[in-house]
Amino acid sequence: MEIDEDLKAFLVESNGNLNEIEGDLVVLEQNPTDEELINRIYRNLHTLKGNCGFLGLEKLESLAHAGENLLTRLRDRQLALNSEITSALLQLVDSVKEILANLESTGQEGENDYKAVVATLQVLQESRNVKQETLEEETLTVARASSVADNTVRVDVGLLDKLTNLVGELVLCRNQIKEFSEGKNDSAFTDTSANLDLITTGLQEGIMQTRMQPISNIWSKFPRLVRDLAITLGKQVRLEMEGEEIELDKTLMEAIADPLMHVVRNCIDHGIETPSTRVAAGKPASGKIFVRAFHESGCVILEIGDDGGGIDLAKLKLKAVEGGWITKERADRLNTTETLELIFLPGLSTADRVTNLSGRGVGMDVVRTNLQKIEGTIDIYSNLGKGTTFKFNIPLTLTVLPTLMVISGGDRYAIPQANLLELVRLEGEQARNGVEMIHGAPVYRLRGKLLPLLYLNKELKLDSSEYNSLDENDYILNIVVLQTTNKSFGLVVDFINDTQEIVVKPLGKLLKAIPCFSGATIMGDGQVALILDVQGFAQSANLLSDEQNAALAAEENKIRQKSEESQIFLVFEGYERRRMAILLSEVTRLEEFPQEALERIGQQHVIQYRSSILPLIYLSNILGSVDRQFSPAPDEKIQVVVVSLGEENLTGLLVENILDIVEENVSVTGSSSQEEIKYTAVIRGRVTEILDIDVIIRKTVPYIFPAQSLSRLTK
Amino acid sequence: MTTSTSIEQHQLCTFYLDKFFFGIGVEKVQEIVRYQKITRVPLAPPEVRGLMNLRNQIVTAIDLRDRLDLPEYRGDMLPINVVVKIDEEMISLLVDDVGDVLEVSQEQFESSPETLTGKVSKLIRGAYKLEERLLLILDVEKVVDLTGY
Repeated sequence: MEIDEDLKAFLVESNGNLNEIEGDLVVLEQNPTDEELINRIYRNLHTLKGNCGFLGLEKLESLAHAGENLLTRLRDRQLALNSEITSALLQLVDSVKEILANLESTGQEGENDYKAVVATLQVLQESRNVKQETLEEETLTVARASSVADNTVRVDVGLLDKLTNLVGELVLCRNQIKEFSEGKNDSAFTDTSANLDLITTGLQEGIMQTRMQPISNIWSKFPRLVRDLAITLGKQVRLEMEGEEIELDKTLMEAIADPLMHVVRNCIDHGIETPSTRVAAGKPASGKIFVRAFHESGCVILEIGDDGGGIDLAKLKLKAVEGGWITKERADRLNTTETLELIFLPGLSTADRVTNLSGRGVGMDVVRTNLQKIEGTIDIYSNLGKGTTFKFNIPLTLTVLPTLMVISGGDRYAIPQANLLELVRLEGEQARNGVEMIHGAPVYRLRGKLLPLLYLNKELKLDSSEYNSLDENDYILNIVVLQTTNKSFGLVVDFINDTQEIVVKPLGKLLKAIPCFSGATIMGDGQVALILDVQGFAQSANLLSDEQNAALAAEENKIRQKSEESQIFLVFEGYERRRMAILLSEVTRLEEFPQEALERIGQQHVIQYRSSILPLIYLSNILGSVDRQFSPAPDEKIQVVVVSLGEENLTGLLVENILDIVEENVSVTGSSSQEEIKYTAVIRGRVTEILDIDVIIRKTVPYIFPAQSLSRLTK
Repeated sequence: MTTSTSIEQHQLCTFYLDKFFFGIGVEKVQEIVRYQKITRVPLAPPEVRGLMNLRNQIVTAIDLRDRLDLPEYRGDMLPINVVVKIDEEMISLLVDDVGDVLEVSQEQFESSPETLTGKVSKLIRGAYKLEERLLLILDVEKVVDLTGY
């Protein structure tokens, strides 16, 4: 059914008005005397009525008229708002919505008769629940036309989408030109290219801006939803909203509207307890639902939560086992986060009874799927007896995706940065020995945690022989640590390139079935690169079997126990062959320099290191009673342990011979007479002096520290 | 088996593969493009050679020799892209070489010849008996549907 432009404009405006009225009504119920609100509702309804008359929509007009009359009485304080009146007004809103929906689909007002609603409104209008009658003159200004609308234009979303795509293409084109211009020595061309770059970026930002809508578009529906649900369920619920002004891309907004409503519904139905239960638990009878929106590291974060009963983990596990989703053994091993993840299992519900609102177990899995479609994530935090919070992580926009480019098997792949935790690079010895096998699964120890590894070459069945057969000494292991919804894993790739903002293009039908890729993009050199779908990749690679998971957990426990007691030391020979050690955590790097590299600033020995000047500490100078400098053979290199306090301020410790890195549970210790030595301990069966790096640096090179870190040291 | 009555196209875009001469309805063909660098797609069906960039559109390239069970090409010529548009999606068919657009008449048509058997025979609608050789007509929709065999 084709509807004409006037009607279309009317529908768009009226729906907006109606949403406002609805939201205001719910708020008004809490603050029945708020004149400002009554006036606003009145004005919105009045505008609607005026438009109806113009378009000859009689049913709608009579409804709006009845509502207006009732509101006039409220406004003039001849009537006081009660829940009966609120309900009648909300009913009016529903009826109007119905008519608008009919108008949109058929162009007609529909068959329904709204006389009953009108009658209710009239009865209420004539009722009298306020004693004193103030005869206030109408002071309301109804004129509201379109002072704001004057400098805005309505644009079809289809056109915006088209423009967005074109800008995406322009960005690609710009990238290609940029790459092209880098190889040229033509300054005019370079300038033009730089200019194009600027303009494109500006245009891109502008177009993005046009697609942004405030999140309040969704949130305005919540007050009504919460009110109706609370009444139906016999619960008392208060709604708190924060960050309504945060803006999101329209497409994203549409994608998350339903999931958000669903979660709010769940919070009220499953989260908030009945008033009596709450009081018995020592909580206020009225429950709280909060929705918050804010920006965090380039994403929009939405939090929806309640102060209800929280999720009973034991019960959740039981349900999952009963339903046959997981085995009892597996359930016993799940930690809190993993257990909470169970609510995303399709078909699982913790509700004891099914209501017409929720509890049928259809839902949270759909919520997550919808979010994944827009590269968003959802996390749950729950505290039994205290409440549950759902945290949504939404990208700002869909069109441009920040990624990390990696190379495997000679091809480039883009990994969305949303999934990226960190990069680990292992060289030589570390690379060869860093990977261990647990139950046949390769793992890497990352700060005491065992990180399961996947090899991109192997998973994608790429022939990688030519890249891995490099000289043994040059062997390098590049691990990209990635996060999927509930676990992290390391992805081993041949090379790690830079980060890049890319324009996502969908894959054709022939390739849709491959779960590992979410799309493709065109790189600066005009070639196609695939975008890795981290979630799909982890699933299809079937990260770990149950047995492997168990073995991993056991191993991790062992590590934890061990690391609680033991420390890792770097053991070396200091001056006069004294056996010394420092904590490995204090070491930044181990370096070797030729003797010629030694230079001096006044009395201080220094060395040029990574484009800065590294002060060197001779241990003999500070520990020895004799002023003796150790003198290695002329062709021997000097060994330096680079230590640092904080981020910068590197200092070199000159040692004679580095012996070993030792993990030791230090039990036998003795004190020392020198303050530079923290204590003495037996490491690998020999007495070793453990140096106090803080003291040593402070004593030797105090001037390299800014005042702030100095004060920290002297504390 | 498809009968001659369902063959409506008269203008055919022709190309060569191995020792065969093929044709598809000219209205299906978007354009003919010289060889472009192709990015392989791991885990894709073997017939899919990869993805290429055609004026900033991503096009899936199908190795038509592989798809038709023909032997691998051993020469040093680069294949040519016959880009077809099926259901709003652009797909490139890699062929050895392209021929002219031919006008043919219905009388010359005969449904699938006996010379082709197995999966390939399902992809061929029939042949036009031209004076000097046979022109095999590909069923493009089936050729690009890699799930249906």
